[in-house]
Amino acid sequence: MLDATVAPLVQVRDLKMHFPIHSGVLRRQTGAVKAVDGISFDIRAGETLGLVGESGCGKSTVGRALIRLYEPTAGSVTIAGDEITTMPPEALRKKRPQMQMVFQDPQASLNPRMTLAQIIGEPLVEHTTLSPDRRLERIYELMDQVGLNRRFANRYPHEFSGGQRQRIGIARALALNPKFIVCDEPIAALDVSIQAQVVNLLEDLQDRLGLTYLFISHDLSMVRHIADRVAVMYLGRIVELSPRDDLYARPLHPYAEALLSAVPEADPEQKGQRIILKGDVPSPANPPKGCAFCTRCPKVFDRCRSDRPALVEVAPGRQVACHLFQPQTVPNTSNGPGETRLQQQGV
Amino acid sequence: MTDTKSSALDKPESQLRAIWSQFRSHKGALFGLAVLTLLVAFVVLGPLLWQPPKLTVVEAIKSKNLGPSLKFPLGTDQIGRDMLSRMILAGKVSLAVGFVAMAIAIFFGTFIGVLAGYFKRLDGPLMRLTDMFLALPLIPLLLVMVMLFRDKVAALIGPELGAFTLIVFAIGITSWMQAARIVRGEVLALKEREYVLAARSIGTPPRRVILRHILPNIVSPIMVAATLGIAEAIITESVLSFLGLGFPPDFPTWGRLLFDGLQYMQLYPERVIWPGLAISLTVLAVNYIGDGLRDALDPRVRGR
Repeated sequence: MLDATVAPLVQVRDLKMHFPIHSGVLRRQTGAVKAVDGISFDIRAGETLGLVGESGCGKSTVGRALIRLYEPTAGSVTIAGDEITTMPPEALRKKRPQMQMVFQDPQASLNPRMTLAQIIGEPLVEHTTLSPDRRLERIYELMDQVGLNRRFANRYPHEFSGGQRQRIGIARALALNPKFIVCDEPIAALDVSIQAQVVNLLEDLQDRLGLTYLFISHDLSMVRHIADRVAVMYLGRIVELSPRDDLYARPLHPYAEALLSAVPEADPEQKGQRIILKGDVPSPANPPKGCAFCTRCPKVFDRCRSDRPALVEVAPGRQVACHLFQPQTVPNTSNGPGETRLQQQGV
Repeated sequence: MTDTKSSALDKPESQLRAIWSQFRSHKGALFGLAVLTLLVAFVVLGPLLWQPPKLTVVEAIKSKNLGPSLKFPLGTDQIGRDMLSRMILAGKVSLAVGFVAMAIAIFFGTFIGVLAGYFKRLDGPLMRLTDMFLALPLIPLLLVMVMLFRDKVAALIGPELGAFTLIVFAIGITSWMQAARIVRGEVLALKEREYVLAARSIGTPPRRVILRHILPNIVSPIMVAATLGIAEAIITESVLSFLGLGFPPDFPTWGRLLFDGLQYMQLYPERVIWPGLAISLTVLAVNYIGDGLRDALDPRVRGR
């Protein structure tokens, strides 16, 4: 922890996002889908935190709750020193320019009835008092930044390719010079060749503008490329939060291990050892009592089914929520299950 | 950099011009616009061009139920009145009632639909209100309304304008429910779209999200509801007049002519055909215009 003295830009503490389930004749609340169930993490300024996990594990919900597109059920989110979850509407509106979002589906995230200039200009209209000419200038500037031809300003979203649309989305997010951008699977809907372009653009912008990203994705190789640290989510909880290189070299949590073993290997000679998980993800409306992963974990033991493991630091900079690991013990020296893990590190 | 030059070149071209050029390429819409213009010209300019021949009482009695002739181009009715001049007079009222009542209904419907769809807290109360209006027996309701307010309104702004205002208002506030339901459904779907989410993440306040992102994207269902609403308003007006609640009995409207002609349909079918044709043409024309407008307002179609 080199810059432990500097307060992180984004601080999330025990964030919960439960969606109520109503049923019966009286539509009484009979339960809740625990999409995000108590997660905590920090993002330092200028850093990219990757957030990975399978479909439906609550990644996008975290992103949306973070900038309060959803009203979180509990917990706190602090961005640049301001508590977001309890902010009154007008203050929140003033705060919005600092935190922006790039959406997953570039087709759906652009209003089909607005021209590109109107789309990119919308944040400027809302938050600045620029004259129309100055605004147009700023729009051109943003278009240059994301590599869009200025001549496109009067075109409509349907006239663009997926990659170009995502650039429009990024330009819109950049319009107000934000500090923090939530990238909600920005590359999932794109071609592989375009994915690299967009990711490189995001990295480039980060270098130039000093942006901080929360990069949500299920594409592990892309996350490896862009993220500094990676959080692995399973069923609404973070199971492991580690620096990128450590995680990819040697995942600690059994789920992270299984997830990473599924990354396709480019070299056909080098066959990785796949860890095939059995069964399905439990319903987030009715998660297991102990560890969320206990129903499918290959290394499950009794305590997993009764106690919920907390996310604790088990090695410098590495946090894992698993009973196999003790706080602040490096798994190299631990006995038993830790060693079996070591044998699989060549993945 | 050719900054100033390029920005001058790239100034957004007039939206209206693009919309008009797309509208023009829609043949049906042009046809509809032409027909509607003709109909409006017919009722506005008609009285200036066509003066019905003045008849004495004896002449009038003799000229009952005549067929088309040079003197009476559309024939006469059962008490010897010239059908053409009645059609012209009737058209003025019917068109006005149709458009104004439709505008009121669509405005109410859209307003309530958007509020119910966008603000979850208002959804329940507003939709129950809509259900209540749907469940109300309309004719008794209109009856009561007209009975209660006719004299007061008439005293305020004169009997004819009073009747017009009352009818238009009565039809308007009893036919917004369909539009409200359609709009609410569309808003519910649109609200979850990512561009609305994006607008919220920018910090756009709800009213501008609605005006900028939601309303433009629900034009087509509103347009469809509106075009159908015109026909419905014209017919409802005639029902009201038929029951003696609308305009005075000697005051012609297309719907009224239709009802009057109904009894003589087997002997003189043209009595029904003319007002029926006029109503159908109006509806058809408005429908095509709405169609063309919907296409013209959608940039995805416009580009092609």
